[in-house]
Amino acid sequence: MTTTEPTRSETMTSAHGTGTTATRVLGLATIVMLGWLVAFGLGFSPADRDQAEAVRIMYVHVPTVWVAYLALGVTALCSVIYLASKRHSLGFDRVAGASAEIAAVFMALTLVSGMLWGKITWGVYWAWDARLTSFALLFISTIGLLAVRGLGGSHHQRAKRSAIVSLFVVAMIPLVHWSVKLWNSLHQEPSVLDPDGDVTVDGLMLFSLFVGLIAFSLLYVWLLLHRSRAMAMADMLDDDGLDRALHERRAEGRQPPGDGTVADGTREDDPR
Amino acid sequence: MIAMQNAFEILGSYLITFVVIAGFSWRVIRHGRTLADRIDDDQKYWT
Repeated sequence: MTTTEPTRSETMTSAHGTGTTATRVLGLATIVMLGWLVAFGLGFSPADRDQAEAVRIMYVHVPTVWVAYLALGVTALCSVIYLASKRHSLGFDRVAGASAEIAAVFMALTLVSGMLWGKITWGVYWAWDARLTSFALLFISTIGLLAVRGLGGSHHQRAKRSAIVSLFVVAMIPLVHWSVKLWNSLHQEPSVLDPDGDVTVDGLMLFSLFVGLIAFSLLYVWLLLHRSRAMAMADMLDDDGLDRALHERRAEGRQPPGDGTVADGTREDDPR
Repeated sequence: MIAMQNAFEILGSYLITFVVIAGFSWRVIRHGRTLADRIDDDQKYWT
C-alpha cells in the first residue's frame, strides 16, 4: 500500500478568508441594525419643523462622520502605542492602517451626504465654508496618510513614519469639529454634542440617530477586524517573499566557480 | 413620508452611502480571501 505526500493545496488553509464565528455574528447584527436605520430614517421618524424631510439625511450623515472621527481616533491611539511601546508591535500599526482606510471611506461619504443635504438647505452642493473646507482638508490629509503608508521600506519604517503623520492628521479633528463655533459658518452647530450640553434633537428623531450611530459603529468594528487581518496576511507574504529572495541570492553565491560565475555571483568576464 | 421635491437628495444620500459601504466591504472580504488562500492556517492568529 502506498501513501502519497500531501500536496501544497491540501495542506493549505481550511479557514476561508478573514472571518470567524464572532465576525459573522457581528456582520449579521450590523445588517439588522442597518435595516432598522433605513426603516427609522426613511419611514418611522417624523419630519423636522424647520428642515422638513431633509432631516432624514442626518441619520446617515452624522453616523458617517462619527465613524470617521472614531476611526481616526483609533489610528492615533494605535500609533501612539506603537511609538511608545518597547516591543513596537506591528499589530498596532496594522490596526492603525486599517482604521485610517475606513476613516477615508467614511469621510468621503460624509462629504457626499453633506453636499446633498446642503443642496436642499443652502441651495448649493458646496460652499467654501469653515466646516466644509476644514473637513475637506482633513479628508485630503487622510488620503496623504494612506499614501505615506504605501511608500515602501520595511514594515517598521512604514509603521514609524505613518504613526507620526497620523498624529498630525488627528490633531486637525478638534479644529474641524469646533469650526462652526470659531468662525461664522453655514453649517449648523452640534445638535447632540454641544459643549453647552443642550440636546436639540429629541424623541423618535434622537432614537433614529442612535440607531444609525450603533449600526455604523458595529460596521466599523466588523470592517476593522477583517481589514487588519488581511493586512497581517499581506505582511506575512511580504516577509516570505523577502526570505525567499534572500535564500535564492545566498544559493547563487554558493555556486561553485567554473560555470562562468565567481563566488559573489558576478560573471568572471564582468568588466567591473 | 418623503416629499417628492427632495427625494433625489434624500434617497441619493442613502443609496450612495449603502452602495459605497457594500462595495468597500465586498472588496475587504475578497482581498482577505485571496490572501488567505496563500497562507497556512497556523499563521492566522484568528483561527
